[in-house]
Amino acid sequence: MAVEQKSEIRYLTPPTVDVKKKKYCRFKKSGIKYIDFKDPEYLKKFLNEQGKILPRRITGTSLKYQRRVAQAVKRARHLALLPFVTDLMK
Amino acid sequence: MNQYETVFILTPVLSDEQMKEAVERYREFLTTRGAEILYEENWGMRKLAYNIEKKSSGFYIVMGFKAEPTVIEPLEVDYRRNERVIRYLTVKMDKNAAAYAEKREKLRNKKED
Repeated sequence: MAVEQKSEIRYLTPPTVDVKKKKYCRFKKSGIKYIDFKDPEYLKKFLNEQGKILPRRITGTSLKYQRRVAQAVKRARHLALLPFVTDLMK
Repeated sequence: MNQYETVFILTPVLSDEQMKEAVERYREFLTTRGAEILYEENWGMRKLAYNIEKKSSGFYIVMGFKAEPTVIEPLEVDYRRNERVIRYLTVKMDKNAAAYAEKREKLRNKKED
């Protein structure tokens, strides 16, 4: 019984699969070499609302720069420029 | 001679000249040990992202300097012993960091004058 019910679900609007945007590493593209841990505003672009570091699959940064971002964020957290955990960051 | 950058936070409870004295103390500490201070930033009182030692704001000081590696250990011991410093971080700067700091310093000087 349950199987039929599932197939009967008709979507009002076709489920939109988001268009595959080609992700690029913003550091390689703009030629930034060093990520400063003293600048929390810039680092916030790589954190989600809870203050956690965004994964590469979302931001699209290359592995080399993702490690530098992670290190800079952890140093900023140590210096209380960024919170370890928060509920409303943005 | 490596290039280092040290950031430390002073407790907000200090009076003004105690702040200056603390900054002066560490500048002397470095220069007497043969370090060459490249730049110094004084962010003043800033809100902390989380409480440190039950305090919610701190006095941030950033110092960039060139020094022998042997200078760093006593510097950090002094930070630990000094109860006015509630948090510190000393970082070795690679060439990218040095280039960035230089550019930033030039920018700051240009903005001042």
